[in-house]
Amino acid sequence: MKRITGYLRWLVPTALIVGLVPLGGAIASAVDAPAQGGSATLNGSGSTFQQPYNEAVMGAFKQKNPNVTINYSGGGSGKGRQDFSDQVVDFAGTDAPYSAADAANVKGGKYFYFPTVAGPITVSYNVSGVSKLRLSAETLAKIFQGDIKTWDDAAIKADNPGVKLPSTAITVVHRSDSSGTTQNFTGFLAAAAPTAWTLGTGSTVSWPADQQSGQGNPGVGQIVKTTDGAVGYVDFSDAKALKLKFASVKNKAGKFVAPTVKATTAAVEKAPVNADLTYNPLNAAGAAAYPIASPTWILAYQNYSDAAKTTAIKNFLNYIYGNGQKIASQVDYAPLPKNLLDKAKAQVKQVGGSSSGSTSSSPAST
Amino acid sequence: MATDAPAIPAGLTKGKRPPGLIADRGFRILALAAGLMVLVILVLIAIYTTREAWPWFSAERLGIFSDNWDPAHNHFGAGGLIYGTLLVAGVAVFLSLPISVGIALFVTDVAPQRIRRPIVYTVDLLAAIPSVVYGLWALFVLAEPLANLFQTVSDATASIPILNTLFANPSASGKSFMTAGIVVAIMITPIITSITREVFATVPPAQKEAALALGATRWEMIRGAVFPHSRSGMVAGTMIGLGRAMGETIAIALVIGSSARITANILGPGDTLASIIANQFGEASGTHRAALIGCGVVLFAITILISAAARAVVARTDRRSAGTA
Repeated sequence: MKRITGYLRWLVPTALIVGLVPLGGAIASAVDAPAQGGSATLNGSGSTFQQPYNEAVMGAFKQKNPNVTINYSGGGSGKGRQDFSDQVVDFAGTDAPYSAADAANVKGGKYFYFPTVAGPITVSYNVSGVSKLRLSAETLAKIFQGDIKTWDDAAIKADNPGVKLPSTAITVVHRSDSSGTTQNFTGFLAAAAPTAWTLGTGSTVSWPADQQSGQGNPGVGQIVKTTDGAVGYVDFSDAKALKLKFASVKNKAGKFVAPTVKATTAAVEKAPVNADLTYNPLNAAGAAAYPIASPTWILAYQNYSDAAKTTAIKNFLNYIYGNGQKIASQVDYAPLPKNLLDKAKAQVKQVGGSSSGSTSSSPAST
Repeated sequence: MATDAPAIPAGLTKGKRPPGLIADRGFRILALAAGLMVLVILVLIAIYTTREAWPWFSAERLGIFSDNWDPAHNHFGAGGLIYGTLLVAGVAVFLSLPISVGIALFVTDVAPQRIRRPIVYTVDLLAAIPSVVYGLWALFVLAEPLANLFQTVSDATASIPILNTLFANPSASGKSFMTAGIVVAIMITPIITSITREVFATVPPAQKEAALALGATRWEMIRGAVFPHSRSGMVAGTMIGLGRAMGETIAIALVIGSSARITANILGPGDTLASIIANQFGEASGTHRAALIGCGVVLFAITILISAAARAVVARTDRRSAGTA
């Protein structure tokens, strides 16, 4: 008896250490365990731009499909793409497609881009005494680059005939964190004002040091709201929530268009769509199009190891393309135009469609 | 109840091997495993992060130390970030050290006995506040008055050489190297305080009393008896505080202004290795992602260098004070 407890004394800690190693694996497989009885759990991460929309749709979807649980954790498009290519998540949200180099590293077999909604990026401003502002792409580029310093600059006056502009100094506000919003805003400037804009396009660009920066869209919006002479790029729903004033931006057709859900759908309608349903709505043609819009996609695999997951993701995507499009404008996102919507619906049919031919990885769980 | 026979330890019966021996060996293995695990984890982290960051190292080579962090043009020079990290940590330690030593001296040698504990608890409480709370407090409460102060200081020193570059171009929003330094100074104060306090408490009372008996004032006693005895402990405490300051992430990310650059204008915006990871990792991919992981590796290396330097300093001061003693 004594002897046994003596051995136990050192057996227990040893077993504990040895046990620690497989524990990590056990947790991971517990998460991946197939759900029972037709119920399924879908985990996603990525774009914070589409997160409020996803939450609204997920809530409505859950009411119709109580046995399907969908989790979406945000974290940014880059994180979403990385998680998806590492097969950490079942689907991911992203505001930009994979680069060619990254696309080669995606594990989990064939995958699709599903465009869900789009959203205008506003040029929000706070200039006392000015309630209507019109800006061309060249002027915008010069303002955000720091070439134009005051609101009564000749270039701004030229865009706004008859508007009395004060000599207030311009305070440019940009994002302190990297963001798809920055990517699309600078993408527009590079496309529409290629000679004037020199800072390039990216989720972070090298802004002049004398500008202001804010964390997230609300952070930028807050600085614009509280600083006279400020101008910044803020996504539509946050700008509306903060009751900011938006500038009308000159589009490719030469018309000044205010950011609205309708004008964004019009821009997406005119954007050329690639075979994989990626598209670029920036600086789109069409007189009614608002030229600065964020596209956004859900990444989903063609094949899932679990049939319940396949059904769940198909149902979820079909819901997005059905009722979800009506929910979009209620939460300040632009629904897809009919041409893109039809293509997306057709693509949903391909999920789980082909046989096990292209499932190269992920051993089937039994 | 008490008996006449001497107590035999439980489990020790005549003629048998004491069972404690096996338990003892087990404990040794366990302790060794725990000790080794720290090393193994550290090495694994270093290997993994270096491997993930390799595309950056091989693309930029020595360019990683240049001052051009520009993801839009695929340039990832971390020079401005390294500079920002060292500057913020330096400002933080510069501000925090005298205050921490002051608090520690007050608690060990000056304050009346009954208020010492409450002071210690209050200072330790500072360490329990999450760093994001410090960051948000600095962003919403501290930044605006600081912006005004910076402008005033900048205007006042506009004609003084050196100071007019140091304090030039203050950030209008109050987000700057200086702001970050002030916040981090508050955060590391409890760390430096508690270590220096422990060290001061180990000064033999006889030495202090001897100094006082020789007619020294309290300050002379502190200078003559407390400081020489605790020098290496103070250096160690400062270095731990410095390490904490260099690793601080989210509070700095909120108030530094996110502008990677090498500049003498400490009242202007900047960026640090840790804060840029927090700000940019979510949207990064490809070389950008590798570069951000690489920032972690660089920070790791700098921390090791500084802590090695600290050890060397401590060893030297110990030797010197041992020589004079």
